[in-house]
Amino acid sequence: MADKYIYAVARVRALEMSLFSQATIEQLIAMDTYKKAVQFIREKGWGDSDSSKLDEDEILNAETEKTWAAVSEMVDDMSVFDVIRMPDLFHNLKAAIKTVVAGDTPAKVFFDNAQINGEQMLAIVRDKAWDRLPEYMRECAVLAWETMVHAGDGQMCDAIIDRGTLKAIKAAAKKANDPLLRDYAETTVAVADIKIAVRAMKTGKNMDFMKRAMAECDTIDVSRLSAAAVSGMEEIQRYLADTQYAEGAEALASSASAFERWCDNRIIETIKPQKYNPFTVGPIVAYILARLNEIKTVRIILTCKLNQLPEDAIRERVREMYV
Amino acid sequence: MTMGTVLALVGAALAVILAGMGSAYGVGVAGQAAAGVVSEDPSKFAKVLIIQLLPGTQGIYGLLVGFIALSNIGILSGTPKELTVAQGLMMLAACLPIAVVGLVSAMHQGKTAVAAVGIVVKKPDQFGKAMLFPAMVETYAILALLVSILAVNGIKL
Repeated sequence: MADKYIYAVARVRALEMSLFSQATIEQLIAMDTYKKAVQFIREKGWGDSDSSKLDEDEILNAETEKTWAAVSEMVDDMSVFDVIRMPDLFHNLKAAIKTVVAGDTPAKVFFDNAQINGEQMLAIVRDKAWDRLPEYMRECAVLAWETMVHAGDGQMCDAIIDRGTLKAIKAAAKKANDPLLRDYAETTVAVADIKIAVRAMKTGKNMDFMKRAMAECDTIDVSRLSAAAVSGMEEIQRYLADTQYAEGAEALASSASAFERWCDNRIIETIKPQKYNPFTVGPIVAYILARLNEIKTVRIILTCKLNQLPEDAIRERVREMYV
Repeated sequence: MTMGTVLALVGAALAVILAGMGSAYGVGVAGQAAAGVVSEDPSKFAKVLIIQLLPGTQGIYGLLVGFIALSNIGILSGTPKELTVAQGLMMLAACLPIAVVGLVSAMHQGKTAVAAVGIVVKKPDQFGKAMLFPAMVETYAILALLVSILAVNGIKL
């Protein structure tokens, strides 16, 4: 089984050479203006070759598309990456339900790389053809649709789909049977639960809302976490201090962006050993996550540059790089 | 042709078949890794090709032992010797070291070559060191080859 990824892993090793290092990120941060920063990433080959008029979003989206295109060239069965692609798929469902309910002309809100693209998803939601969705999406799609149509509660609709996403991530990781994907799924679900708890605490949501939004995972007890969230931030931190997310609790005490950064850095730390693994799907998963992290970091820097934030403020938000 | 001659022939065949299978696997997996690298960076073709070839030697060793064994039992000259069962079994046993060690070492050398290809991609200047790792596995194939040759030549027919 491990042998089947040898070609892909070797190709990924070559592709890793063009990933941004911490030094390259420092160079990008040091650019005087937003325009120079965009120019810098273009010179590094980002965006399409005829992208002289592309804006930041188009460049970064082009990079995401390039990553998935490269991976789909080397791996026949893309379902092994469902754990990573699941959020895009469920995002399309969320966007389609809201677009159909609002009756708006669909804007550019869909991810084309997802297993079901925007157009297909819109058709499914318009026809209420839930059986055309994968089985793991149907229940939450129906529930989210009814919540949106009958109660007009967009926030609850989001919470239902987000919970569906987390459950699907866990199920996909179990199916993939790869230790890295399992770790990634576990961290993703646990971190999402922590974020839900913090947001619910800040917006004064009740236990019932949290129960409907959080997904079960092995490293976090959701009932204890939601009970802590009702009591306040200190209780959340106290609970997390007893879990493997203790460092996250410290970051949480600092700021929400510090916590987000900690979450991303934790994933990068998890995937780093894959740099020395020549077999299994792990290095390919690590490359995809590293690329997505790189694109996210560049997006953060460009946004900071656009808003003329000082370099120190940008550094606080910048993620660790894989290479 | 006696049963002894048949047993000796089986030994020669095993040396060629098992060692050859190991090499085919080793060169195959290393070749997959090499192809992955070359598809992104064709400038590394020569370096990864050399690494790919390393697990191929076991097949040659098996062929060598098989050739000597066939020669000693007279198959190559067209006049097979009448070997006793004991002589045939001895010849079969003499061929086994390179057959078995050739198979196992070539498979492991192939996997080590895959890892070495990873080094060459990231640090092409470390090519020499990268080549040493799969080359270390070769030691055991050479030891088995030595024992097989000494034994095949040492059997009085």
